Amino acid sequence: MVARPRLESLRLGEHRIPTPSQTVGPFFGYALPFVDGHVAASGQEAMRIEGRLLDGAGEPVPDGLVEVWGGQQFARCRTDSEGVFQFTVVKPAAGVEAPHLDVTIFARGLLRHLATRIYFPDEVTANANDRIFNLIDPARRDTLIAHSEGAVLRFDIRLQGESETVFFAL
Amino acid sequence: MPVKVPDPHRDSEPPYLYPDYRASVRRAPGLELVRLPPEWFHELPGPVFGRVPVHPEDADLTLQHEGRPLGERIIVSGRVMDGDGRPVRHTLVEVWQANAAGRYVDPMDDHPAPLDPNFTGAGRCLTDGEGRYRFVTVKPGAYPWRNHDNAWRPAHIHFSLFGPSLDSRLVTQMYFPGDPLIPLDPILQSIPDQRGRDLLVAALDLELTEPEWALGYRWDITLRGRKATPREP
Repeated sequence: MVARPRLESLRLGEHRIPTPSQTVGPFFGYALPFVDGHVAASGQEAMRIEGRLLDGAGEPVPDGLVEVWGGQQFARCRTDSEGVFQFTVVKPAAGVEAPHLDVTIFARGLLRHLATRIYFPDEVTANANDRIFNLIDPARRDTLIAHSEGAVLRFDIRLQGESETVFFAL
Repeated sequence: MPVKVPDPHRDSEPPYLYPDYRASVRRAPGLELVRLPPEWFHELPGPVFGRVPVHPEDADLTLQHEGRPLGERIIVSGRVMDGDGRPVRHTLVEVWQANAAGRYVDPMDDHPAPLDPNFTGAGRCLTDGEGRYRFVTVKPGAYPWRNHDNAWRPAHIHFSLFGPSLDSRLVTQMYFPGDPLIPLDPILQSIPDQRGRDLLVAALDLELTEPEWALGYRWDITLRGRKATPREP
């Protein structure tokens, strides 16, 4: 008997196919960033998070776009020629999960965006109890924790290769 | 031997690694992405884009300068929906594009085609109560890129949308019907399923067209999002 494909159209009557993703390309820099887009908070509690977006060869990605949100904050930063991005945010409150920021990464070469999370280094207990943290191979969990460097929290994103950042399927 | 049944839900997204698109080779993640239990998506907050400034005039890219831009004036409009076809209301839509000569304002673009002093090529709007968006612009030109020998991008408009949930964020590109560069473009052809690729091509629409003024193109967008649309298991 010849196998016949299912009649997908019946199912699609209920669930439409999502519009596919395409790369952000290299030329969004005049369109998507907005004034003070990387500053989502001010005041005493505000902290700076800085990092580099790196490719599989360890080279900076100078045409990336990184967005973070959490606790009603949203910020957007284009990477510079060294692949550096930075945000000013306050640490979101703990909810069901440990305090964290959701991170979305776009770049030329990424046909779909990537999603990761920034967890905070001073939340050792909350991080250890975090349900998403506990889904991840323990050897890779460190890639999601920012590190204190003086007054700044450092969070590098490695797209590929050694110490590749953990990304989530959405 | 099992027959691979095409599944447009699965095959309508491009892979991360698509070697014909050269830039993906060093930027695609090499390890498996971590899957979250789908029911958790209901509890995860969605993006808050309220800080992004949106002005009514941002939706007409032909009125952002003293004079009018050169090129073919067009209207691009459609509905933003969830997987059940319900409207996604008051969500941010951002667009950017090359001018009619195929040149971006972006300083990183070194294609030797003229800039147009009357065209920036960036716009924003919010969808209305029925999920509709509408932009007035000029049709962008094709342009060369250096992905492979004699590589040209088909005319396209970049779109960025938020939607209601963590997984509804979408950045994509809209193409024009009948463009002979479409079958040659590795970025669009990276989508395995023809039905998925077809979803990125707008339709000429005489209802949207304003006679004696501008051709209308209709392009509807379906956002994924398990928060808005619980999926069958």
